[in-house]
Amino acid sequence: MTGTAEPPVVRLRDVAKTYRVGAVEVQAVKGVSLDIPPQRFSMIVGPSGSGKTTLLNLIGCIDAPSAGGVEIDGPDAAALSDNELSDFRARNVGFIFQHFSLIPVLSAYENIEYPLLMVGTPPAERRAATLAILEEVGLADQRNQRPNQLSGGQQQRVAIARALVKQPKLVLADEPTANLDSKTGAAVIDLMQQVQARSRTTFVFSTHDPQLMSRADELFTIRDGLLVERATR
Amino acid sequence: MMTFKIAFRNIFRNRRRSLMTMSAIAVGGIASLIFGGYMLYTILGFQTITVQRGGHLTIFRNGYFNFGTGNPAAYGIDDYKRLLTLVREDPVLKPLIAVATPTLTVFGIAGNFDADTSKTFFGAGVVPSEQDSLRNWNGYGLGRPGRRSGLADDDPVRGVIGTGVARILGLCERLDLPNCPPAPRNRGEAGEVPDAPVLNLPAQEATARADDFPWLDLLAGTAGGAPNIVRLRVERAEYQGFKEFDDNYVGMHLDLAQQLLYGRSQPKATGIVVQLHRTDDMNVARARLLSLFGARDLDLEVRSFTELTPLYGQVIGLYASIFSFISVIMGVVVLFTVVNTMGMSVVERTNEIGTVRAMGIRRRGIRRQFLIEGSLLGAFGATAGVILAALIAYAMNNAGLVWTPPGAAQPIPLRIYLTGNMALIVGVWAGLVIVSTVASLLPAMRAAKLPIVEALRHV
Repeated sequence: MTGTAEPPVVRLRDVAKTYRVGAVEVQAVKGVSLDIPPQRFSMIVGPSGSGKTTLLNLIGCIDAPSAGGVEIDGPDAAALSDNELSDFRARNVGFIFQHFSLIPVLSAYENIEYPLLMVGTPPAERRAATLAILEEVGLADQRNQRPNQLSGGQQQRVAIARALVKQPKLVLADEPTANLDSKTGAAVIDLMQQVQARSRTTFVFSTHDPQLMSRADELFTIRDGLLVERATR
Repeated sequence: MMTFKIAFRNIFRNRRRSLMTMSAIAVGGIASLIFGGYMLYTILGFQTITVQRGGHLTIFRNGYFNFGTGNPAAYGIDDYKRLLTLVREDPVLKPLIAVATPTLTVFGIAGNFDADTSKTFFGAGVVPSEQDSLRNWNGYGLGRPGRRSGLADDDPVRGVIGTGVARILGLCERLDLPNCPPAPRNRGEAGEVPDAPVLNLPAQEATARADDFPWLDLLAGTAGGAPNIVRLRVERAEYQGFKEFDDNYVGMHLDLAQQLLYGRSQPKATGIVVQLHRTDDMNVARARLLSLFGARDLDLEVRSFTELTPLYGQVIGLYASIFSFISVIMGVVVLFTVVNTMGMSVVERTNEIGTVRAMGIRRRGIRRQFLIEGSLLGAFGATAGVILAALIAYAMNNAGLVWTPPGAAQPIPLRIYLTGNMALIVGVWAGLVIVSTVASLLPAMRAAKLPIVEALRHV
């Protein structure tokens, strides 16, 4: 039930995730089924500890479900080996993290260029794509700065550029505005929306930031590991 | 390329820690290189002294090596001059050989009847000019020409004795030897000359006391079994390196030794000493000699200087053990230091590892990243070690330090043989890089195995 005519980019079927913390088993996600529509701004929302990040990790194939299946653009992630999953992520998934997670020893330019190196993009094409997206996120003048020389907003812009430079099918952003002030957060959201409108990439966020939620095309509400509501705008 | 860039920059991210690690690696390198350089200088110096004295290879009559010292005359090589020509003129051997010279080993009794003393001796009859050529060997450019033999081709009665022989035979004063006590005179009267020698007293007696040099009477059994005596004019006494050898050595002209051992019979030699230009050619030369002898059905054997001087092998073995011990200790120190450094680096960069894994880097990419960092740490530390060791070696080589190596008669400059020793430098450098890389393996594997989600949660 995607609400659109196109097939979903991500399909979760009865996905459950259980963690073991010492002797205690914690069920972070309890049998969630959902379809993420393509080329939309989808958000997984809910209070802290509801299972948003776990769900996002499962969608991004960086965590394996304890039960159920995760299909991204066709194949079931469970059928892929660790190397195949790595290659799949390298080509198809971009990540934006709450703490930006840039590589501290690389400049803004090099951080953005890195995903292209992973997929073997030719040098000229790599350079052109990196410079173009640096321009788009407004950091052309800061391209040689290291992360510790950039503000939080600038770092998150670099992270956005890094996630998008390879033109992935799916961009996953885990609370991307959580570490930014409201003004910077709004600017970052504007930027992502602007890039999404141009690239028609599928964005999936996990957030409890009302400012960000107000921009969602699709809202999936999670509570205690269960999908309790879905809303399309 | 990006992997190297990240590795290189990460090394300088925590400068103090990397500097300490590289210092530990450098110290390991310095210790191994300085001792290795000293060891090689000593070994090559010892080899030079040994080869200067007795060449690389010696041709004997079969059985001499095992039994000949009991009766050298019985193991004389017939027609040794023809054998010499065969060896010297062989087209394969000719370019390899520096000197080929006959030698005759003599055992007997040396008497100084002026002092009424005598003692057993071990003698070597040599061709003086060829012996001096032997002593000029300098195959490793160490610049240590040996002392000239003190003998002369045109003076067959001239001889050189060990300082121990001189001391025992009461020649200290006459030879003007320092630190040489006079022999006690407790038997007979000094100056008393015994009866004439038995078989073959050469016509030297008329001039025997016409100069200042002392004379010795050498008594030995001839190959035929009869006693024989020759007179030797002692040119000088020189220390022979080992007390036992020094107390027994009498060096003389080949003609005199042949006269003593073979009398009027056909003169022979007990060995043909072959000195090569390069020690590396020893096996080739030995094989060629054996092949020549085999083809002519000659009953001869060839022994190398390592067989004739067992101490040489023992010294190498000792140094090799010490070098291995030092290298292992240094290797272990480097290993633990690098394991610790790389382990800390993995912990500090856990979130970064999670990030790049999420972005699509495979496990082996993470492993490679940390292995390259370990290798680079090793390479930088080892390079610093090589440079510092070269500086230390230079300082030591120019500090005027001296020492007396085993088998040497006098002190020589203490040197660290490093600059011309690329095998040692490359070996130590590569060894440190390998140890450093191996030490990174465990942290690298741990990093690669980190679950992505757990790594991303790490702050």
